[in-house]
Amino acid sequence: MKLFTHNMLTSKMIKNVKVGYPLKLHAAEVKVTPSEFRSTYVSRMLPKIDWGVLYEATQSIGQAEAIPQSLADDYEKNEDFLRKAHHALFEIEVINGEMICPETGRKFPIKDGIPNMLVNEDEVN
Amino acid sequence: MTRRPEGVAPPEIFYNDDEARKYTQNSRIMEIQEEMTNRCIELLEIDDEDGETRLVLDIGCGSGLSGECLDERDAALEREVGGDLVLADMGERASIRAGTFDNAISVSALQWLCNKDKAAHNPIQRLSRFFTSLYAVLNTGGRAVFQFYPADEHQKSLIMAQATRAGFNGGVLIDFPESKKKMKLYLVLTVGSTVSLPEALTEAPVATVSYAKRQTNHQRNKNDLKTRTAPKFSREWILEKKERRRRQGKDVRPDTKYTARKRSDRF
Repeated sequence: MKLFTHNMLTSKMIKNVKVGYPLKLHAAEVKVTPSEFRSTYVSRMLPKIDWGVLYEATQSIGQAEAIPQSLADDYEKNEDFLRKAHHALFEIEVINGEMICPETGRKFPIKDGIPNMLVNEDEVN
Repeated sequence: MTRRPEGVAPPEIFYNDDEARKYTQNSRIMEIQEEMTNRCIELLEIDDEDGETRLVLDIGCGSGLSGECLDERDAALEREVGGDLVLADMGERASIRAGTFDNAISVSALQWLCNKDKAAHNPIQRLSRFFTSLYAVLNTGGRAVFQFYPADEHQKSLIMAQATRAGFNGGVLIDFPESKKKMKLYLVLTVGSTVSLPEALTEAPVATVSYAKRQTNHQRNKNDLKTRTAPKFSREWILEKKERRRRQGKDVRPDTKYTARKRSDRF
């Protein structure tokens, strides 16, 4: 699972969960796979990203050096910044681990790079 | 009896390793799935020219065949940074933040929501959850295209009704309506804007019934002349018949000037 995906996942489908975001991330195994960098693509994806959540995620899986804490104002022109963002969003992958709902503590396992967001019938509204 | 996989077993049982292998190794299935995915992408009517990057959600991606098509398309445009997989139930509320995706496609998955594989499954509720959460996940102006196989007319209208209730605009587009085998249904849904449905594909232009004029006697005679065979026992009739029997490989006397000539009365 890429950190880009983690940035979009919530646990708000669970009963009584109001926001369910961001999910806490624990990683047992992290892999970095290089992928092609395109500045236009990254800069168009950044408005969809919650930067604070991305930063927290890199911290929690031991990739503290990956990105600066705050989003650069001029990120569209700042290639160095975009490269870092690209690395954090699309190259760092959690292979095994889990995500935890911030409100209920429900765990969502990540196995072979695929997060399992399945919930039981009695857990949902 | 029905041979729909939906009637055989729940998806998690039906799409076991063997079935999944069929999808990745059988070239016929691959071809059909690819064709339908490409049609879905086409129906999204993404403007290639504006160069916008779009985030497309592929629902029920299974073995990832349709994802491949998406990737390929983007590769042609501007190389894509590949997708990511999430395991979740279509019939539950989506576990995705609202307003993140621009488009969604789904190939041969929607009809599974109408199944009642578990006691707790309620098709209407599952459809309603699916569409409402999808509505939330998509951006304004977003569009979703589903290729699906409804079991019957009732199921189709049920799906349509739930989509409209969730707030979507749109309708069902039928490709190749004249052929039962080739017919494919696409549900095209939009968020916010009302857009007219794209044109459906057909094999032949729809035949128009032209007004048939009453024939006059003269025309009728003319038509008769064309189709009329030679009168019985006439020379032409006999020549035709001999020719026919020759074609059948039978022993036939050669055609001469005496062929079909009347015998004299004296005989």
